[in-house]
Amino acid sequence: MKRILIVGATSAIATACARLWAAEGAELFLVARNAERLAETVADLTPRGAAAVHGFELDVNDVHRHADMLEACAAALQQIDIVLIAHGTLPDQAACEADTELMLAEFATNAGATLALLNRLAARLEMQRCGTLAVISSVAGDRGRASNYVYGSAKAAVTACCEGLRARLFRHGVHVVTIKPGFVDTPMTRDLPLPRPLVISAEQAAARIVAGIARRRAVLYVPAFWAAIMFVIRSLPQPIFKRLRL
Amino acid sequence: MSGTVHCWGHQPAIAQTPHAPVWRDETPGQLAALHARFGTTLPFGNGRSYGDSCLAASDHVLHLARLDRFIATDWSRGIVRAEAGMQLATLITAALGHGWFVPVTPGTRFVTLGGALANDVHGKNHHRRGTFGRHVRAFGLLRSDDGTLECTPQTRPELFAASIGGLGLTGIVTWVELQLMPVRTGWLDTVTQRFGRIDDFFRLSAELDPLHEYTVAWIDCLARSARGVYFAGDHAEFGPDAPSPGRVWGVPATPPVSLMNRASLALFNQAYWRAHPAQPRRARSWYQPFFYPLDRIARWNRIYGRRGFQQFQCVLPDAAAEPALRELLGAIAAHGRGSFLAVLKRCGDLASPGLLSFPMAGHSLALDFPHDPALEALFERLDAIVHEAGGRLYPAKDAHMSGQHFRHAYPAWERLERLRDPALMSRFWQRVTT
Repeated sequence: MKRILIVGATSAIATACARLWAAEGAELFLVARNAERLAETVADLTPRGAAAVHGFELDVNDVHRHADMLEACAAALQQIDIVLIAHGTLPDQAACEADTELMLAEFATNAGATLALLNRLAARLEMQRCGTLAVISSVAGDRGRASNYVYGSAKAAVTACCEGLRARLFRHGVHVVTIKPGFVDTPMTRDLPLPRPLVISAEQAAARIVAGIARRRAVLYVPAFWAAIMFVIRSLPQPIFKRLRL
Repeated sequence: MSGTVHCWGHQPAIAQTPHAPVWRDETPGQLAALHARFGTTLPFGNGRSYGDSCLAASDHVLHLARLDRFIATDWSRGIVRAEAGMQLATLITAALGHGWFVPVTPGTRFVTLGGALANDVHGKNHHRRGTFGRHVRAFGLLRSDDGTLECTPQTRPELFAASIGGLGLTGIVTWVELQLMPVRTGWLDTVTQRFGRIDDFFRLSAELDPLHEYTVAWIDCLARSARGVYFAGDHAEFGPDAPSPGRVWGVPATPPVSLMNRASLALFNQAYWRAHPAQPRRARSWYQPFFYPLDRIARWNRIYGRRGFQQFQCVLPDAAAEPALRELLGAIAAHGRGSFLAVLKRCGDLASPGLLSFPMAGHSLALDFPHDPALEALFERLDAIVHEAGGRLYPAKDAHMSGQHFRHAYPAWERLERLRDPALMSRFWQRVTT
């Protein structure tokens, strides 16, 4: 039986992952900000097969409560086999350009809070000498694009942090997976005009994420074709890239 | 992102814009917003209704597929409460592990609980258990005028009756509480036997229906004799572990023309009939292939091409069933187009709590036809036979019936109209009540 901690558990992708793990009989510790939605998610997962489901209310920006959360999680699960970090917001780029405070707040949620969590979790897993740390970053972190570089730079920080942690924790038997979804149909992307053929459902994304974590992949593009797309985008020379409207 | 949704038969092919709440507390706000912006809307589940009964008059539907969570379960008594967008497939998977099964299931497990309630679906065990609505203990109903209500037969008898089979018009069903049926395993003991003539079907049906939980027959309506295959099944007491899920095949794209034509149909029907035994054969089957053979082909509705297809499903009261059925099959054979899927089943006399429930004691016949303009004449002829026999057509599968036939066959429609939520209107309801 796997014992799994999920941060940002009421997000569409995290919920879909939790359902797959529940069907395998896992024990889940769910962390989310909205108490009512957290309770609804907890109630849904036991009938789907989870051995036990615990809920913990937390705003990830409340960095001082991270330790309490982790303590409660360790008390409930004893050992943490998998951590999935899935919280995040999609900043309004134009609004951030006009409001530095907003930009910093968005950066804090998408990068600062994640790095703070990873720092504490790394110490915990290092002590366990086992477990997998899976973090949802984004293809947006692979390159800074004019249309969403606030989100992109936060995700770039997460990606770089994961890469460093992977090297640090490898010697201790702990694995780190960087998950880079492309376009997923979720409430977060509901109002974006995304190109339909490239969009997958949260359930399809979850199937790939759960399988990728089990196979201990290092970097997981979701779906796989984004590895090719991002290879091309990363290869574009600066003089061309800066002229593109991406 | 903004996609569109359609009805299952793609006929009428009117795209619906979905507005999808993700959490229960978002639903009232979205209903109010749709009411204010577009006048009316309609709840939409997983789009398994064949015709326009799931299409909003405004073409903006409240899409409930994301509201698919369990709310509470009591496995000791087999009582489950879940959000209305949950599909039967999810419920069955969870329930089987605790020794329960849904008491009534239609031929696809991809219908939602809300859709099953709103269409008061029935299954192969109608003669034993009646319709889905008989097993509903309570449901949540969100109305644009009265807010959130909890409906049970005791607390709100009128709304309870009107909503079961109420085609989603009495309010948004937000959750459903269902009484499940105890089973020992997910396996069924089955009996299969082919028959050569329609008389043999009636003989088999009279003899075997009372002995089995589930019974249904497939007919080859291209053959003059209306030969077919009779299937019966009962939940098995014993059986091995669940088999590994078979591969799901999908129809990747919609071909420009229907792949169903007279030649392919005749070939299929011939092979299918020959594949079944002339004498009763007993076997054991996992529940999925027994109840849901078509669910193994994702988006099978695409094989009918861009023009889509229409289903014709009627129920004929006992007294007139046999001669009327002969007449229907004769008219179809004379028309020469035939139907890929022709299903014949006996309905029992257990009354439904729903005002507009479709089944009645007698026989139900369901047929799929690729859509083409010539269908109209055939359907007119078939409708007339059903009307003469005192039968009726199934709104969940309909895209053509006349308002006159509907109002005659469902006299309680005016009671439903009085209880209809003013914010809800379907293309079907508009078509048959005006």
